[in-house]
Amino acid sequence: MYGYTGKILHIDLGTRKTWIEEKPESWYKLYIGGVSMAARLLWENIEVGCDPLSPGNPICIANGIFAGTPVPVGGKYGLASKSPLTGWIGDSLSGSWFSVALKRTGWDGMVIHGASDNWITLLIDDERVQFRDATKLLGLGTYATEEAIRDELADDQIRSATIGPAGENGVLFANVTNDGRQAGRTGHGAVWGSKKLKAISVRGTHGVTVADPETLMKMSFDISETSQGPYTSKYRLLGTATNVLNMNKLGLLPTRNYQEGTFEDAELVSGEYLEEHYKVKKIACAQCPIACEQMSAAADGPYKGAMTGIEYECLFANGPNLGINDLRAVIKLIETCDQGGMDAMSGGVTVSWAMETFERGIFTKEDFKCAKYPEGFEPNFGNAEAAVTLMEMIRDREGIGDLLSKGTRRASAIVDAERGTETYKWAMNSKGLESPGYDARGLKTFAVGIAVGTRGGCHNRTAAYDPDIQGEVDRFSIDDTRGRLAARTEEYAAVYDTLPLCKFIRRCFTGKADRAGAWPAIAALINATTGWEFEYDDVDLIGVRAHTIKKAFNIREGWTRADDDLPYRWKHDPMTKGASAGHVVTDEELEYLKDLYYEAKGWTPEGLIPKEKLLELGMDDVAEEIGV
Amino acid sequence: MVASTSKYKYITCDPEKCIGCQLCEYICSFTKIGEFNTYRSRIRTVRAEEILITAVACRTCENAPCVIACTRDALTQDPNTGIIHINAERCDGCAWCIEACDFGAISINPATKLAEICDQCEELEDGPQCVIWCPKDALELTTPDQRAQRARRKLATEDVLGM
Repeated sequence: MYGYTGKILHIDLGTRKTWIEEKPESWYKLYIGGVSMAARLLWENIEVGCDPLSPGNPICIANGIFAGTPVPVGGKYGLASKSPLTGWIGDSLSGSWFSVALKRTGWDGMVIHGASDNWITLLIDDERVQFRDATKLLGLGTYATEEAIRDELADDQIRSATIGPAGENGVLFANVTNDGRQAGRTGHGAVWGSKKLKAISVRGTHGVTVADPETLMKMSFDISETSQGPYTSKYRLLGTATNVLNMNKLGLLPTRNYQEGTFEDAELVSGEYLEEHYKVKKIACAQCPIACEQMSAAADGPYKGAMTGIEYECLFANGPNLGINDLRAVIKLIETCDQGGMDAMSGGVTVSWAMETFERGIFTKEDFKCAKYPEGFEPNFGNAEAAVTLMEMIRDREGIGDLLSKGTRRASAIVDAERGTETYKWAMNSKGLESPGYDARGLKTFAVGIAVGTRGGCHNRTAAYDPDIQGEVDRFSIDDTRGRLAARTEEYAAVYDTLPLCKFIRRCFTGKADRAGAWPAIAALINATTGWEFEYDDVDLIGVRAHTIKKAFNIREGWTRADDDLPYRWKHDPMTKGASAGHVVTDEELEYLKDLYYEAKGWTPEGLIPKEKLLELGMDDVAEEIGV
Repeated sequence: MVASTSKYKYITCDPEKCIGCQLCEYICSFTKIGEFNTYRSRIRTVRAEEILITAVACRTCENAPCVIACTRDALTQDPNTGIIHINAERCDGCAWCIEACDFGAISINPATKLAEICDQCEELEDGPQCVIWCPKDALELTTPDQRAQRARRKLATEDVLGM
């Protein structure tokens, strides 16, 4: 086999045993890599109904097909476990040096079972596995952990995926970080923490062998050249933070916990303002010529010295969404999440839920007592110091931070049960995963895309905002095309998440990002790497299978149609200001959109997958278990 | 700070431009050993701090300390180009050259256990492949003198002429 070694490494943290599983080429052709292969490994290695924080929930890592080759933006890996935040599939992607170093060890993927009694790190040293004591690393932030491991092993070529204090403490939206990049969503850090696994380090020295290196080099060079042109300028120059003003104009910029879609101080938290005042460096993932990571630092003020990479989603969640108009505080909040090892999107949206609950008089100053403020504090929207303190309390699960560390769905359910309130009405999540920076009230195709999403409230997996925002359809109304559109964008995104290739490269193959523009080039890259003969339709099927295996996992865990839902607010509370004012997605609309979507997928009206559909995809054993 | 004393050309990296993508390492390993293996690159990306990134290769020092340090006369310096040549017959992988190099530009090939160093792709017509591939034009084959000239010119246009 080219591009793969055919070997999956299994490690049991409890028994400290390791074993090798060899997979046939036919298996790789179905699941390829990234989120698809990681989800498939999860499907194969977990018992139904497993408690996500129990030893039975495996950590499944699947590398990319192009990792370790010069294919631009191909240095990414997928990570899957059952999510402790949502209870459904938790799949995430991260990029950079960890992925490339892992590729060089010769393992196509890893499955980590069981739980350790004491805190450890794993060192994957080519073929060898070491279980190393992690006592000295406890409490360290994510980047500090990576550096400490490199120091200890005296090798700057060691790359580590780590958890921070949030993961150690069991924050349900803790994440996994490597090289300053995060496998950000669905709470992988909590899973690692439950296993007492502080980090996985890799040192790989083997070369990666591909079928046709000359073709791969030639194509990579051309794509890399194109990627310095207009097709990626948005990402290279301002980064995705450039979305702030666009979203604000469209009335879709979540403001003060999604109460509105326009922020009066949007200019002050815009990508343009960030560039002018706080940008210190643009950096790239390994293997990426684009360099979208906009490293930004607070040069002065109370958070002087805070520094981290800023992109749109974390920026909206911790800026406008908290009513905060000072980018220095936003940088501090995101740094607290990034170094603490937690999802800055879920973090911001959970803090905003707490702020609204306070402003509505349900939480009082008393509820916010902590070591820093023994008398409590008043977290009104716009109070940056309160937000920073809350984020630290979540990371440390101190005081009310313990409640908030469970995310908006659980926190609101607990408060409502205890106090007889209805705070769930402003708990912004789908399936328990906090909502992104696109307001679905003004994006009706996106509304169904995010409601049916297998991992919950994620913009990235559905990408159905695209036809809405591009003007392909009227974003405020619905028609019978929307199910097909949402299925199309989701499967398209799943191709990129499976290879994985970063979606920012999507226009650099031919100038056009659609299937016709990208699939022939992607097929050629796959073929040069593996020696296979993939064609246009085979590329399409990569996305269909990736999505299907994740959906199948959820069905096996007991998913029903009612689980595909939107936050209460998007269904009932219209915004009062801006270009999207006055709209909601009614229950009736949502159910109709779901009908259309299931039909477009070729599923039953209940959203289940027919056996023959799974057999067509070559997923026979999946058909056996969940096909109808 | 150690400085190269070179009158020769060598590959420099502008840390302002470098994004840490490592494409230089991919192309180097492929060019020199036909493998995609950044671990075997003769130019190395370094990330000293989160935002301090650069790449380092041989700086063709005059009176090259690595050549002097070699106890087996395996290393020689081309008097015209300054490029260090390693005689694989003589090298025994003792690593004295690595210790002598202030720039960390020499490494031991884990397979052959012999020293390896950047040769600026001298056998290729279009020169160092990493320079061609660098997407941000951060890499350059140049001499300290040429760099100094350019710095003076930049100073003159920006500070003196205010352009």
